[in-house]
Amino acid sequence: MTTADWPLWEVFVRSRRGLSHTHAGSLHAPDAEMALRNARDLYTRRGEGVSIWVVPSAAITASSPDEKDPFFEPAADKPYRHPTFYEIPEGVKHL
Amino acid sequence: MTAQPADTRTSLTTVSRETDVPAAAALALGDDALVLSHRLGEWIGHAPVLEEEVALTNIALDLLGQARVLLSMVGDEDELAYLREERAFTNLQLVEQPNGDFAHTIARQLYFSVYQHLLYGQLAAGDGPFAPLAAKAVKETAYHRDHAEQWTLRLGDGTQASHERMQRACEALWRFTGEMFQPVAGLDSVDWTGLEAAWLESLEDVLRRATLTLPEGPRSAPWAAGAGRQGVHTEPFGRMLAEMQHLHRSHPGATW
Amino acid sequence: MATAAAQHTARTPAHDARGGAPDTDAHQRAFDAAIAADERIEPRDWMPDAYRATLIRQIAQHAHSEIIGMQPEANWITRAPSLRRKAILMAKVQDEAGHGLYLYSAAETLGVSRDELLDKLHSGRQKYSSIFNYPTLTWADVGAIGWLVDGAAITNQVPLCRCSYGPYARAMVRICKEESFHQRQGYELLLALSRGTPEQHAMAQDAVNRWWWPSLMMFGPPDDESEHSAQSMAWKIKRHSNDELRQRFVDICVPQAESLGLTLPDPDLKWNEERGHYDFGPIDWDEFWQVIKGNGPCNEQRMAQRRRAHDEGAWVREAAAAYAAKHTHDKEARRG
Repeated sequence: MTTADWPLWEVFVRSRRGLSHTHAGSLHAPDAEMALRNARDLYTRRGEGVSIWVVPSAAITASSPDEKDPFFEPAADKPYRHPTFYEIPEGVKHL
Repeated sequence: MTAQPADTRTSLTTVSRETDVPAAAALALGDDALVLSHRLGEWIGHAPVLEEEVALTNIALDLLGQARVLLSMVGDEDELAYLREERAFTNLQLVEQPNGDFAHTIARQLYFSVYQHLLYGQLAAGDGPFAPLAAKAVKETAYHRDHAEQWTLRLGDGTQASHERMQRACEALWRFTGEMFQPVAGLDSVDWTGLEAAWLESLEDVLRRATLTLPEGPRSAPWAAGAGRQGVHTEPFGRMLAEMQHLHRSHPGATW
Repeated sequence: MATAAAQHTARTPAHDARGGAPDTDAHQRAFDAAIAADERIEPRDWMPDAYRATLIRQIAQHAHSEIIGMQPEANWITRAPSLRRKAILMAKVQDEAGHGLYLYSAAETLGVSRDELLDKLHSGRQKYSSIFNYPTLTWADVGAIGWLVDGAAITNQVPLCRCSYGPYARAMVRICKEESFHQRQGYELLLALSRGTPEQHAMAQDAVNRWWWPSLMMFGPPDDESEHSAQSMAWKIKRHSNDELRQRFVDICVPQAESLGLTLPDPDLKWNEERGHYDFGPIDWDEFWQVIKGNGPCNEQRMAQRRRAHDEGAWVREAAAAYAAKHTHDKEARRG
């Protein structure tokens, strides 16, 4: 990598108050300050955001992609974590 | 065809009398924005990095938006932009200066956006006819100023080569900065002395942080530069207008 | 068999890729099943090398097209005949820069860096859409590009929003959403000219005459001569054949041209009741291949401007990188 190569940043945009930041894409910038500004220009040109996070792509640790991974499979067999698991008599409200 | 610019000037005075907008001030501010927007538009497709294509165009679009509001206060925006002769434009000579390298463009942006931000700050605080526009523009110019300052820091305190280019650019454009503080007729509420002091203070601070030296040459002189507000411009401006106006003038009376 | 692409990804852990291990067959079966089930492939999933290479080639070419495609229209920014048109045109060309950036991002998830892709563009090893090697001779060309070139691009791109590769599909969703105004502004521009003075009308007709056939070529060679098409369709990178999309485009354009009061320069253009489509005349594929080979009117000029912008910007990029190295405390975060 030459000195002129700018690192890659992942951009997360909060589209409006009350929602969480979601991944919008990535961009190149020499440092965090410029990454924020570039993200503003690139990903919120049409007023798509009220708040931006930028994270160096290299700083992200990701889980393994394999779907049969031990990472996610155990969560799939715990239906009692979901409200639809429970039977509620008809007519009972506010549950 | 040749009579058109004169007609435009006449109708513009009439309109301005009817609406109470200080026409000279609207034109001065509008021409600044129009001309700088045009210069920034020349960068499109030539920027040093793709992200900067987007950033420079954002600034150009903000300025064009300001210009359209300001010119429309005086008359028809297109007649004013396309049918006035060079001497009828009252923009600062600073904004018409050619783009040069990226350092020159950033130095021009820095000088102008700090000025514009401070000026619109004052106008927004008042209750004159420009207050509503200034309230919106002050937010835009805050961003333009930030963009210019960020790049001034990076070019000034980047590599030896970028430092030299940035210093050279600051020196080259310095002579055009005194003109910004000539009082503009119709902007009576503006404290021009205070504006100049604040501008200088801000420039000193940014350039120092960028490891650059505040230029020492004259900031305006009758023999040097600084009569844009009186309609006297520099050589490159005529060419710029020729390019900008040629198509519109080639089809008199056409709508686009 | 670590691929070149997989090695690149190792540099960017967020975009990690898995080279083929002993269980390649199992991976291949999982990949095939995902494609068959219309699921999306994501960056860190195993994928066949050829799938990865095809995507890199296609997304890069698409990104390059956006960036080079800025030039013909930017040619008129400083001469736009009204301030309203000038604002619209600047916003549009800016979008193209933005779209190029989205697409380079999507390509980077496949383990290739933007700098490598730009190098390949600058050295002529990767292509951009041939359409941008035609000149914009008059203001009306801005309208013709919006209506016909963007129209053809949209016809091509809408199906790509369902492309099997997740990041490409997502970039295309964003691009298609933003591009909806591009074609409309072009049509509106041409309409104003067509209904304007006789000189303006003639300018509009001349532009349509020059851009019609190159626009039809944008869909690529006929299906029986398209070397990549079949595999790309099987992988669901592509959803419709070149000829299918070309026909769809012609069918859309004919009534639009009538509303514009302009004619399309094809004497063979006529409704075929039996097929339910418009028939159109033969395309000059020799011209197409010549322009691709570099013999178009503007190939040299477009590449020269792109290289010049990049080369003249080198000191700026170096300055910013040097500043970051001096001032970023969190060095760890910067390691790209």
